[in-house]
Amino acid sequence: MSLPSQLLQTLWPFRLEKRPEPSSTMRLASPLIAATAMALTGLIVFLILGKDPVTAFQVFFLKPLSTTYDLGELALKATPLMLCALGLALGFRANVWNIGAEGQLTLGAIAGSGIALFWGEALGSFALPVMMIAGALGGMAWAAIPAFLRTRFHTNEILVSLMLVYIAQQLLGYLVHGPWRDPDGNNFPQSKVFVENAILPMLVEGTRVTAAFIVALLLAVASWVFSTKTFAGYRMLVAGLAPQAAAYAGFSERRNIWLALLIGGGMAGLAGISEVAGPIGLLQPVVSPGYGFAAIIVAFVGRLHPFGIVLASLLMSLLYLGGEAAQIDLQLPSSITGLFQGSLLFYLLAADLFITFRLRRIRRESRAVAGVAS
Amino acid sequence: MTTDAALPPRLQLRGITKRYPAVLANDHIDLTVGVGEIHALLGENGAGKSTLMKIVYGVTRPDEGIIVWEGKAVSIASPAEARRLGIGMVFQHFSLFETLTVAENIALAMDEKIKPALLAPRIREVSEKYGLPVDPNRLTHSMSVGERQRVEIVRCLLQSPRLLIMDEPTSVLTPQSVLKLFETLRRLASEGVSILYISHKLDEIRALCDTATVLRGGRLSGTAVPRDESNASLARLMVGSDLTACQLQPREPGEIELELTNLSLTTRDPFGTRLQDLNLRVRGGEIVGIAGVSGNGQKELLAALSGETLVGEINRSHAGMIRLCGQPAGLLNPAQRRGLGLGFVPEERLGRGAVPAMTLAENALLTGASGGSSTGMLRYGMVQQKAARAFAKATIEQFKVKCGGESSIASSLSGGNLQKFIVGRETRLKPKVMVVAQPTWGVDVGAALLIRQALIDLRDQGVALLVISEELDELFMICDRIAVINQGRLSPTMPSAELTIEQIGVLMSATSMAGHADETVTGEPVDVAA
Amino acid sequence: MNFEHLIPIFVSTVVAATPLIYAALGELVTERAGVLNLGVEGMMLVGAVAAFAAGIATGSLVLAFLAGMLAATAVSLLFAFLTLSLQTNQVATGLALTLFGVGLSAFIGRGYSGMPIERVPRLDIPGISDLPVIGPLLLNYDALVYLSIALYFALSWFLNHSRAGLRLRATGESPTVAHAIGEPVIVIRYLAVMFGGAMSGIAGAYLSTALTPMWVEGMSAGRGWIALALVVFATWKPLRVMLGAYLFGGVTVMQLYAQGFGVDVPSEFLSMLPYAATIVVLVIICRDPKTILLNQPASLGKSFHPDA
Repeated sequence: MSLPSQLLQTLWPFRLEKRPEPSSTMRLASPLIAATAMALTGLIVFLILGKDPVTAFQVFFLKPLSTTYDLGELALKATPLMLCALGLALGFRANVWNIGAEGQLTLGAIAGSGIALFWGEALGSFALPVMMIAGALGGMAWAAIPAFLRTRFHTNEILVSLMLVYIAQQLLGYLVHGPWRDPDGNNFPQSKVFVENAILPMLVEGTRVTAAFIVALLLAVASWVFSTKTFAGYRMLVAGLAPQAAAYAGFSERRNIWLALLIGGGMAGLAGISEVAGPIGLLQPVVSPGYGFAAIIVAFVGRLHPFGIVLASLLMSLLYLGGEAAQIDLQLPSSITGLFQGSLLFYLLAADLFITFRLRRIRRESRAVAGVAS
Repeated sequence: MTTDAALPPRLQLRGITKRYPAVLANDHIDLTVGVGEIHALLGENGAGKSTLMKIVYGVTRPDEGIIVWEGKAVSIASPAEARRLGIGMVFQHFSLFETLTVAENIALAMDEKIKPALLAPRIREVSEKYGLPVDPNRLTHSMSVGERQRVEIVRCLLQSPRLLIMDEPTSVLTPQSVLKLFETLRRLASEGVSILYISHKLDEIRALCDTATVLRGGRLSGTAVPRDESNASLARLMVGSDLTACQLQPREPGEIELELTNLSLTTRDPFGTRLQDLNLRVRGGEIVGIAGVSGNGQKELLAALSGETLVGEINRSHAGMIRLCGQPAGLLNPAQRRGLGLGFVPEERLGRGAVPAMTLAENALLTGASGGSSTGMLRYGMVQQKAARAFAKATIEQFKVKCGGESSIASSLSGGNLQKFIVGRETRLKPKVMVVAQPTWGVDVGAALLIRQALIDLRDQGVALLVISEELDELFMICDRIAVINQGRLSPTMPSAELTIEQIGVLMSATSMAGHADETVTGEPVDVAA
Repeated sequence: MNFEHLIPIFVSTVVAATPLIYAALGELVTERAGVLNLGVEGMMLVGAVAAFAAGIATGSLVLAFLAGMLAATAVSLLFAFLTLSLQTNQVATGLALTLFGVGLSAFIGRGYSGMPIERVPRLDIPGISDLPVIGPLLLNYDALVYLSIALYFALSWFLNHSRAGLRLRATGESPTVAHAIGEPVIVIRYLAVMFGGAMSGIAGAYLSTALTPMWVEGMSAGRGWIALALVVFATWKPLRVMLGAYLFGGVTVMQLYAQGFGVDVPSEFLSMLPYAATIVVLVIICRDPKTILLNQPASLGKSFHPDA
């Protein structure tokens, strides 16, 4: 055996061994293990930054849950995460790697805002439904680009959907700096404030949570029905688990890619318009603090399962709120949120391994054998 | 054979044991190979032959047991160490890198650091000495399987091995090439090289080997001198009971159900084989077999039959090159072809024939939902779980699939049981035409028997069957007629009762010389003007 | 427009291409070993912030680059451990690495925004750098530019003519076969991932100390992803990585000069150019699936478990 591999074995004297059957306990336990590991990492980071870990912990994880208003904020921030993650998860399960939800969200915001800005008043009470549809279509149109390029030119959807994020952001920047800028807005790069009937109604008095939260929950149920009860959902599942089996059964690869990207794009677009027609109320250069990317983490932490995603989006929302609270109360940088999000996904991936594998210590059998023989 | 009593045996294994999570692959195996001896390691699929050889070659390490090499106990921690001792191995699934040249491939496995370019003369020298022509500068992916095996053997010989392990070497060769290979092996043995020859083919072992060690279910079931044994007595050692052969009752075939007319197809895969002018008719109530060395177009033909590759996308009139139940089917996708009455058992069970991570009930849906006969598994686009479970359950019972019920995960089944499930699923969908690839490859004898009988039963019910297999014995056993595929071309079929193995061997290397002994190989037949 | 105007464009193109070269050549080595690391963007950012912090703390640019390399290698080890020792999905883990890198770099860099740092100096060779045309065109860059070209030559030789390179390629071609003939597949892949990490680190360090000598959150602005696309565009060949990088450097620079030349297009559309160009280039190269099939390392992105 070569020296490096010997060294590796000394440092890591374990061997992975496949379990006879995947462990269903670990499947549920691993997000909890990951969340615990992330919390521990948080404690260490708080210590390093010289903050009292107990106080910091309280501010970060508990304070955002203390009042009705706070709970409303939790639901409010969970909404776009949930919407994006539900769509992405359907794609990931079908082996379609749309990572451009952030761009599709932006396009959804642009398309929906277009309706609000130009026909908001004229449409009256139809304004919101039309905006929602336009938002979903905008997201779909943006996702249709990687779908078309992948099915027609075999172009990798990961890279294309990601490049389109940057393009979408530039497009949004152009609109709010240029043609859609509010002429009476003191040259601020933002659109006019949407008219009253183009703003999502509040759900609970005294909070900012909107009807979009209910829409997201309903879509979670719909997504569950789709993936467990319908043949279309089954086909996508097979395509993800065993692409050759899908080909053998005659499930079209094209349809799978299109469906996965259109659903993902549509949901992200919905998230985008819900943001601008909800808490923001107008179009501005930045409509999302990276919800589309954080949704990738939400999808995985939620086990790619609709109900898991509902829980995971609430957890991720808590991380955003905790970051804000920590910034105000403890003068901690808000970027700590990104650190937590990233490490959460890492821990989850590591813990997930033990669903299908278990660790066994390597026994130095060959050496023992030689010893016996001589 | 020059076994010298004074010399210690070249290799001795004592009590070798290897456990995997689900199985005991080797249970206290003893084995002794003398100097210059050709020693057979015999056993059916899953008996533990390959594991044992991987242990000897240092790829896998045993949990217990002692390896004694030329009288000294050794521990073989890696293939490099095995090679240093003088052990060479020719793998069943070749250990060559497709995109590297012959010389690069050989350089990688040499323990002395030598540049591929400097190796070339030595490669030529060895290949000439043993009659194994190879071109050092060719890229591996352009070579036939027979040529690749030569590269593997030359690679071993360059290190002057004292023990050569051959893992199922003839499964990829034509009958003629097998004879050539045997000549080479005998010559090596006469020079004092010991050979461990792994096979499940009894005739070959009786023709070639001095002694045989037989494994069954991971255990040593006996040793024998093959020349003194009959096929039947060796088979008893291997299987534990007498082999019962399947019987075909003469039967008048019915209508043409599957018809290929001048089927030609170029391939998208750069390493694929082009199909050229295939003609074939399969009638209801008969089994037609296609023999051939793998890599001669079987994969492409199967994809064209199943609908995974469409025929006639560019020129719609070509859609009729494939007719299913009287209808042109070239442009139909797999689900549509199923609708016409096609059943299909692919070569890869896990990952193509079944979704590994899904339950058997969910796997019943895979083809059951679009199957020809109404199975009730689908209603208004909604999956009917109950019907799928019932279907899977009935399949498990009818085909004696050993598993924990219809909720078992497909990947937890043994190869034989999964194959029984897939054959059962396709059978229960009541096909009119059934295409089966490698029906019993890697399957234990009991399952093989059941699967073959199931295919014969289908034939007797009037189904048209096409079986593509590399196992000639199997084709002779169950087929009414046999054709041979070679370099993307198909021979006419002949009644199997009138065919001999030698005739098939001639057909396998007829249009080309893809076998073991050829001097030149052309990738494609070229029109040559005189 | 005369020749004098073209010199600065040429020079900025070369400079803009340099971080892409490091990142893409590093990823190329990783991918040739069969590992797809989508974390380039994250590793670049970590490299950029580490180099900036070290530069501020020590005042030494050499130490800054070393710090960038080490930091990015460290996070690449995280990826390697997860994908190679724990067999996690490479795509998901790579995405995780990028998200983690974005978060980590923003966190570390919180105090450094707006700080100035000394720019990596141009090599000034007395007498030679002053030569007309040739001087400003070819002999007026910082050391990292020349090193990137040296890296290209070294890598080409390594991949095509060295035994170690042959082993690396073989591992990427078929880890199963490599394992069967006794190659330490996992070790080789670890090394390949770490090399990719180190190169991304240099690329990141170059961003924060040479290209725009400052730290800005998310300053790589998709360059890591463009580097990934470059490797596909290059069909896994170093020479084409170089060509592609200079092409993209050119596109990036064009947006800066276009307005100067009176092109009347909103700046946002010019800023889209590199990303749009990436998509176009991917389409061109992937159009024929055979191009990818023939050149892509056969085991790219697939987990390998020696005993399974």
